[in-house]
Amino acid sequence: MEIGGILAYLVSFAIMASIYAVFCLGLNIQWGYTGLFNIGIAGFFCIGAYISAMITTPKPTGLYADYVRQIFGLNLPFFMGLLGAAVVCGIIAFLIGIPTLRLAEDYLAIATIGIAEAVRLIFNNEHWLANGPRGLMGLPQPLSDLVDPGYYNYIYLVIVIIIMIVIYLLIERAIRSPWGRVLRAIREDEISASMSGKNIFNFKMQSLVFGAMVMGIGGALYAHYTKAISPDVFTPLYGTFIIWVMVIAGGSGNNKGVILGAFVVWGIWIGTKFLTDFLPYTLKARAPYIRFLLIGILLEFILIYKPQGLLGEEKKISKLLE
Amino acid sequence: MFELITYGIVLGSIISLGAIGISLIYGILRFANFSHGDLMTAGAYIALFFITGPLAWIGIPDNMFEPFSFGWRIVIAFPISMLAVGGVAILLDRVLYRKLRQMGSGRVTLAMSALGASFIIRMIVLIIWGADYRFYKPGILRPALELPLGIKIRPDQILILIIVSILVISLHLFLQRTKMGKAMRATSDNMELARLSGIEIEKIIIWTWGIGGALAAAAGVLYGIDVQLHPGMGWNFLIPLFAASILGSIGNIYGALIGGLIIGVVQQVSTAILLPTYKPAVAFLIMIVILLMRPEGIFGGSRT
Repeated sequence: MEIGGILAYLVSFAIMASIYAVFCLGLNIQWGYTGLFNIGIAGFFCIGAYISAMITTPKPTGLYADYVRQIFGLNLPFFMGLLGAAVVCGIIAFLIGIPTLRLAEDYLAIATIGIAEAVRLIFNNEHWLANGPRGLMGLPQPLSDLVDPGYYNYIYLVIVIIIMIVIYLLIERAIRSPWGRVLRAIREDEISASMSGKNIFNFKMQSLVFGAMVMGIGGALYAHYTKAISPDVFTPLYGTFIIWVMVIAGGSGNNKGVILGAFVVWGIWIGTKFLTDFLPYTLKARAPYIRFLLIGILLEFILIYKPQGLLGEEKKISKLLE
Repeated sequence: MFELITYGIVLGSIISLGAIGISLIYGILRFANFSHGDLMTAGAYIALFFITGPLAWIGIPDNMFEPFSFGWRIVIAFPISMLAVGGVAILLDRVLYRKLRQMGSGRVTLAMSALGASFIIRMIVLIIWGADYRFYKPGILRPALELPLGIKIRPDQILILIIVSILVISLHLFLQRTKMGKAMRATSDNMELARLSGIEIEKIIIWTWGIGGALAAAAGVLYGIDVQLHPGMGWNFLIPLFAASILGSIGNIYGALIGGLIIGVVQQVSTAILLPTYKPAVAFLIMIVILLMRPEGIFGGSRT
């Protein structure tokens, strides 16, 4: 492979890893700082991607409308897609939080699994909503008329990294504020936090919604990168499990850690692809399962042997005490 | 309508077997076992392995017991699969969960580990058998029996109900009459008190996983007999299983039995107006309604 090819490969690697890093930042708000057990990330991933896709594309007309059906198409710019994805994911998170956030953490977990499965089933079966299992194609990419399509990924990488850094700075700022300290107090000891007069439910809800909005942006970034989405992408494996492995591997409760985790685990995931290239021909078709098996085993190892992750949690008392 | 309710009871009895395991494990270990659905899958495929593998090689005949659609091979493979999955559940506990317990990891870490285990199990099934649908015994379904009220039921389904009843009654007798069963109930009520009265908690934990795993395997094999095998079958059951155990007050195995039947019937009746693929979503909706209205379940006021 010549230099240009390797570079292009690295760029597409960095784009996917950065998109996953955005999800990890979202999960880190919920799990790393507040202890909320969301294992339905795939649901927010899916909703974010579809909402942004439908906001940024026009509603099909004429002959095309016979083949592609979608409930709305607003033909607005990319940025509005991101915003819409975040807002809708926030609303869904709010609705799911109402019945579950007052209960033990396991209930939130099973409810979020439920919402993720329900979302995927709905997009798969309701053809009028967003074209059913065939999904949506030809999603617009921001600033795509500036360069030759062959070099477009460089621009998209810059866009994704800027958005990731903005989200990172926003979360860092929030987490060092008194608000962030309450979240961590809830994570450590809910009863004593509520004895200090904090409304546990409200703070948990804010954290759940904030995290889900970040996940919605991640879904939108993914949709405009691949330009085509269909419900079968947003499975518990690609959409939820691998993000959890990234956060736990990098160090939950550490924003730099989870970004590192996203790049390392995505690297391992891509690396296992090279590994399975050596498999005998008969096993080739099952290579993705072998790769996920390895990721599953990796998670169990980290949980037992390095539960704090690569970086571990940073001690953050207050910005005044640093 | 009566037909859908009948099928719902058959489906519900299978859900009950899984939900009882989840409730038992939650009651004793305070552990939300997210791998329970995939233990069902493991049970179904281990039985498939014995039916198409060793039992065929040693020459167990393949003919069927009229009027059922299975023969000696399933009869032999069924208990083997229960034992094997009970073993798998115990092994997962020894290798993963016990270590995490000793490290003082929280409930969420344990649940995460279980989720990891569930993916590992499913990936192994996918690597060995691939993603296709499979049957224990390919061929036409046996004709259904005509019962009054226009109810049609296949002989297999009557047998499923009988097997589930036998398993549930055995579990009831085990918990009420045997020393180990009583110790398990005591541990579920109060682990510290049980420990102080000289009950060996580790032994209880092993029994809990063994029973939970064996029941999950039974549920998986019965579903395989009734419908078909698929690597995602257990994952699709996960939400109905939790919905059933929460509905029946988690920790209460009799509640889980009733909860399973209710979820099964509602899921099946919903297919009159919704696509059958929405069954997990229907269970999810029921669960949300319970969590909003009565999070402690219908047999509420249970231990927390």
